[in-house]
Amino acid sequence: MNCKIGKQMKATVMAAQLLVFVILISACSRNNEVGVIVAGSTSVQPYAEVLAEEYMILNPGTEIDIQGGGSSAGITAATNGTSDIGMSSRELKDKEKSLNSIEIAKDGLVVIVNPKNPIQDLTLDQVRDIYSASITEWNKLGGTDSKIHVITREEGSGTRSAFEELLMGESEITPKAIVQDSNGSVRLLVADDPNSIGFISMGIVDETVKALSLEGVTATRESILDGSYTLSRPFLFVTLNEPTGQTKHFIDFVLSDEGQKLLSHEGLVPSMNK
Amino acid sequence: MKNIDEKKYEILFLIIALSSLTALALITGFIFYKGLPIIAKVGLFDFIFGMKWAPGKGEFGIFPMIVGSVSVTLGAAIIGVPIAICCSIFLAEFAPVTMRNIFRPAIQLLAGIPSVVYGFWGVLFIVPFIRNYLGGPGLSILAGSIILAIMILPTIISITEVSLLALPRHYKEGALALGLNQWQTIYALLLPAAKSGIVSGIILGIGRAIGETMAVIMVLGNSVAIPESILDPVRTLTTNIGIEMGYASGEHQQALFATGIVLFVIIMILNASAQYITRKR
Amino acid sequence: MKINPRTSQKIAKFIIWLAAILVLVVLFAIITYILAKGIPHLSFGFLTEIPRNMGREGGISSTIVGTLLVTAVAVIIATPFGIGTAVYLTEYTRESRVTRIIRFSAESLAGIPSIVYGLFGFIFFVTYLKLGWSILSGGLTMAIMILPTIIRTSEEAIRTVPNLNREVGYSLGATKWQTITSTVFPSALPGIANGIILSIGRCVAETAAVIMTAGSALRMPTSMFSPTRTMAVHFYILAREGISMENAYSTAAILIILIFLINVVFNMLVNRFVAKGR
Repeated sequence: MNCKIGKQMKATVMAAQLLVFVILISACSRNNEVGVIVAGSTSVQPYAEVLAEEYMILNPGTEIDIQGGGSSAGITAATNGTSDIGMSSRELKDKEKSLNSIEIAKDGLVVIVNPKNPIQDLTLDQVRDIYSASITEWNKLGGTDSKIHVITREEGSGTRSAFEELLMGESEITPKAIVQDSNGSVRLLVADDPNSIGFISMGIVDETVKALSLEGVTATRESILDGSYTLSRPFLFVTLNEPTGQTKHFIDFVLSDEGQKLLSHEGLVPSMNK
Repeated sequence: MKNIDEKKYEILFLIIALSSLTALALITGFIFYKGLPIIAKVGLFDFIFGMKWAPGKGEFGIFPMIVGSVSVTLGAAIIGVPIAICCSIFLAEFAPVTMRNIFRPAIQLLAGIPSVVYGFWGVLFIVPFIRNYLGGPGLSILAGSIILAIMILPTIISITEVSLLALPRHYKEGALALGLNQWQTIYALLLPAAKSGIVSGIILGIGRAIGETMAVIMVLGNSVAIPESILDPVRTLTTNIGIEMGYASGEHQQALFATGIVLFVIIMILNASAQYITRKR
Repeated sequence: MKINPRTSQKIAKFIIWLAAILVLVVLFAIITYILAKGIPHLSFGFLTEIPRNMGREGGISSTIVGTLLVTAVAVIIATPFGIGTAVYLTEYTRESRVTRIIRFSAESLAGIPSIVYGLFGFIFFVTYLKLGWSILSGGLTMAIMILPTIIRTSEEAIRTVPNLNREVGYSLGATKWQTITSTVFPSALPGIANGIILSIGRCVAETAAVIMTAGSALRMPTSMFSPTRTMAVHFYILAREGISMENAYSTAAILIILIFLINVVFNMLVNRFVAKGR
């Protein structure tokens, strides 16, 4: 038994269905939802999660959802409405300057090596040379006789952008560098591989890795605040317009004494918006 | 009266079928719609053979990733295919019944383990092993190949075993009657007879290997340079999409869809080959 | 150099057994490592509490719910469409170029990497249709992802039902629809069910497509529009970030046990159904 329904009719049916489907779905779009969506930097994400958890305990019934994706993704999401707040771990670029940004904390960028690595300190130039592959062996820096395994973050990462802007400058990170997609995975890798070097957020440095001092300065809250440790970047909450409603309430909480104390406790430097 | 009812059902199924096909056409169309502009802009040749992937600077060459996908998949095939075929022969010919009742569920279980668990296990064991005993950072083509080989075993084994079992009994009986022993029968008669099934199983396994993302993101190192040895880190077409998917916008996003188009085409070619080979019987 | 056939048989047998044992050893190594590290840490609380403190403490209840909801949405949408399409293709149309093209497309789409579906889902459902990171986005993406597989396996299952069965139906005066429901469908059910089980397993294990469509929010989802984290995504994040290896292992253990149970239970059900039908 074959189909007597003409080809034309089939096509019209298909088109009609697609239209109906799209209309139905867009009618139920996110605008009906109550709650705040925060998306972006994987560096800021764990801290935002802690803040959201505390906020939801203090304000029962509220819904704050944290999503990763990277600083650039977060800024994009805030711009096109997919999220209410975008998290960024780097300064806004020129074309993003029209957005509203609030600094919630400061974070240091720490260069880490494996604890077995004898090196304690590097100059900024040396780090740049390592990352641009001008120096490829540890013995050139007083270390062991082996190749340097360079680890970096992915392209959309705010951590990487901050590193490139503050330290690399005009030099490019070598394409041979190993790319990992979060602070945590960089730390795990450096902790495992004696010949590796990476850069991570100061807040998550622990005893599994060794943080290098740069030009003699160690990254601490004080050295970041007084500027002697130059590799510091802001953690930003970015919104399209002035925050209102629930979004504003959450941001107010983050900037409040309680919020800042939470962040401090987790290893960040309190924001200057105090 | 019955005819009207019948027509009703036919129309119902027609609508259902058309809806499904619409959805599938939607995703296909969407990918091509988003990806073709950048291929047109950069030029097909420069896109596929371009050596530099630096979206921040507007460079969209995916050749390093193609090298990555090919080398990792090839490695997986070299390691996995012989083992898979041996296991299929094992299941079809040599395994005692009790062993078979253990082995077959074992293969099913292997197929069910999530890819992220494989990747994790690879990071815990394979990567340090390579780093400590073979050199390099451990995150490498070799690590990816080993993990992928394990992952595609169930695919190849299931199809190959079915092909071997589907062979008519008189093939084997005739050979044994002529005085050939078991191995000779397998080697000279059964394997060649099941060839098309075996080859299509291998092709399907390769398709699965090319499409894998999560397991290999964890063990490959994801560098954008063309690798020089199997101990070098590498990035595949799939991990490229995976790592940069979240934030890409504008041309960068188009380039990722374009990578999707390339993957689409590769899978279609693989499927067409598999179908062609099975039809040649 | 001619090798004695008896020797070549011995060598071949040795190598083949070696390969089989190797595979079993690898499987054993992976599963027992995860279970050994993960099960001790399991507790009733782990299954019923939500993650706290970035996932360092608490349990994984929200992720279990998330996994179930996303999978349910995907399967509920894809199954009727998939089976219906297969029925239409085999029963109501004649084998032609069009059906061959459709079959080839379904086969190709079944092989497309899940990350491509994730990319599509993120751009189309999350951003373009403004569904945001949600169970709905995740479920719809997964539905499109498993649809080709269900179409393919259902079609094959239906096609292998011998025409004799259909002829019998018609000769008894049954209409096409009656024949389909009473004869064709029950015979094809094991094959169809197999395809659905495969797809469920794929949904539960999927990470790449889910993380960008359903999101990675930790709290218990409250509606179809809530973002949620599935167990596979949770495991990935815990393991990658080194947040809590203990919890990572436990999550992985639950995942593996769940997938194992799905396979076992459904196989049992299908076997019982087939046995009853005989």
